[in-house]
This record gives sequence, structure tokens and C-alpha cells, in this order.
Amino acid sequence: MVVRTLTLLAALLLSVSEIRADVSVGDAAGRYTIGTSGSAIRFSIAKLGGGGLSGAFGRFSGTIRIDGADVARSAVEITIFPASVGTGQGRIDAFLRSDAVFDSANAPEIVFRSTGVRLAGDATAVIAGRLTARGRTYPEVFTAKLDSLKRGAVSFHVTGKVLRSRYGMDVGTPIYSNVVDFDMTLAGRRG
Amino acid sequence: MRSFRLRNTAAGYGWIAILLHWLIAALFVGQFALGLAIVRVSSQRTAFALIQWHKSFGFLLLGLVLVRIGWRLGSARPALPEAVAPFERRAAPLVHALLYAAQLALPLSGWALVSVSMLEVPSVPFDLFVMPNLPLGASDAAEALWSAAHEWLAWAGMALAALHVLAALRHRFLLRDGVLARMIAPPPGDSRE
Repeated sequence: MVVRTLTLLAALLLSVSEIRADVSVGDAAGRYTIGTSGSAIRFSIAKLGGGGLSGAFGRFSGTIRIDGADVARSAVEITIFPASVGTGQGRIDAFLRSDAVFDSANAPEIVFRSTGVRLAGDATAVIAGRLTARGRTYPEVFTAKLDSLKRGAVSFHVTGKVLRSRYGMDVGTPIYSNVVDFDMTLAGRRG
Repeated sequence: MRSFRLRNTAAGYGWIAILLHWLIAALFVGQFALGLAIVRVSSQRTAFALIQWHKSFGFLLLGLVLVRIGWRLGSARPALPEAVAPFERRAAPLVHALLYAAQLALPLSGWALVSVSMLEVPSVPFDLFVMPNLPLGASDAAEALWSAAHEWLAWAGMALAALHVLAALRHRFLLRDGVLARMIAPPPGDSRE
């Protein structure tokens, strides 16, 4: 997911640079570091009867590399530390960290690496990549929309759906949906 | 020849009452064992699954108990043997009434517990439908209260069940009367109701 986001970010940068005269593709091109400042990785899972479970990851890191010559060759990589999951309810957090879900003691990182970036509008990109969690890797797709682009800093709104059963996290289905909705804000700084 | 009698008669219980008795007995004791397993199992994944089974069987138990009470109210009650002492004639209905109360109170207190839990896990008996929560305010304090009540009622229910079983065994092996046998099968039938 993170990788997708990064890729999307790159694509958005290129796209925006075409729109805004003050930011050239050459300006947007480069390598960005995703930090937790200004960023948020939120998720929600619908449950039967309405409502759902939502939370966020507090710790993650990543990079976005925007290829100025060929956006499709841009790349994103993001690492999420699932031990930092927070839902506002300590018992649920402990459950999510346990081997029932993330098994963060044995699988401390969730990694997304982009494999391809495709522009899907002026400020939107579709980022395909490979998501690895609990030792299992599957292709996933995220959509990134450029939120802001200033010299040296970019911010993307990234969304996507992931089937948790693939990653050995099917506990609670069907009471809790198999589909995890991600809603992320990823801010990157050049460097 | 055993009778195929479904309804109770003055001489003994019919198959409906017998089936309800043993089904509820199995659920009542099984739910207690499941509850003990839930609070002792180390895997959170297993605990979650066991809790959902416990809730499913709990709602089934509640439904069956309501059917059973309805059936009992509308049925004849077989008389106790002549030899049963006056003290037992008073004690047996009291224990039976308490057992019915426990059979109702346990699933209801469990339902209240999941209704007030801050975890807000929906109840979906056997993954078939969403059972609404009871209209009680959720809070950590309410959850702790109903959790304690549910556990206390469980132990009280088991104590009553043990008393009930001991009384039945006494009838069978010490008094050697037909009190236990009549809950095994209807008496040999002269009529079919």
C-alpha cells in the first residue's frame, strides 16, 4: 500500500507539474522521504449490523522516487510497523498485535513496494505493487491523488482495499469484513 | 415397548419434554465448559472464535429455555411417586425453579455483557443473522459488572445442576424408584395420547 502510495505520489507530481507552471517536472523529480509528520495511515473494516472497526498506524517510513523523464518508472516503498496500531481501545490493539492478526512480535514490518505507476487523470495515479505481511506477498493496487505540491514537499491522499484473509489475518470474518479500507495521507519531503 | 407419546401424561414425561430437558442440559454444561476454556486459552484467535460459539450456543439455549417453559406451562406434570418424602416434595420444585431461573439468567446476562462491552463485537448467532444488543449503556464499569454477574451465575448454575444430578442419582441407586427413568423415555404406553 505504501509502495503504491509512493508511486502514486510520483505520478501525481508529474501530472501536477504539467498543470502548474510554477512547478516543473524537473522540480518534482527526485527522491522524497515519507515521514509520520503530516502523514496518516488509517484503516477501517466494516462489521455486520453496521459500523466498523477503524484505527491507524502510528509508525511507518518510506520513500518516493519520481522519475522526471518517465513517470511510469517512478517508485514507492513504504514500511509500516504494525506494533504501532491504534484503535482507541487498548484490548483491541493488543488483539491486533497478537498472533490473531499482525503477529507483530514475529512479523514486525508490513512492506509495500511498487511495481508500476499509471497516471489516471490530472492529479491521480494508480499504483500497483506487492504487499508483504506475515511472510505472504500479494499484488495490490492503490489510488493516489495529489493533495499538495510545493517545492521540496508533496502530499498524497491514497486509498485502496486489501483482503486481509490472504495475509493470514482472516480472524473474525464474516462478522468483520474481509475487506480492509485504507485511507492514507502520505507527506514526503525531498531528500 | 416404549411409547411414541410426545406430550406429558400424569404417568410420565413425553418425548418433547425429555428432548428439551437433555438438549438444554447438554447446552448448559457445555456452555460452562466453553466459558472456562475461553478465560484460560492463551491464543487470542482461538479465544475470539470460542467466544462467538459461546454466544451462538447461548442464544440457542435462551430460545430453547423459552420454548421449554412454554411447553411446561401448557403440559400435564407427572406426579412424584407416593414414597417421596414431604421435604423432597418441597425441595425438588424449588431446585427446578432455580434451575429454570439460572437457564434464563445465564444467557440473558451474557447478552447484557456483550451489549455493554466497549469492544462492540456484534452478536451473529451461527453466522446466520445479527442479534441486536440489549438497550443498555456501554461502559467499562457496566462490562465489569455483567462479566462478574455472568461468571457468578455460571458457578451457581453448575451448583444447582450438581444438586439436581445428585438427587436424580439418589432416586435411581438409593431409592430405586422411577424418577430418573421417566426422564429417559416415556412410560410404556397404553395409549398414544
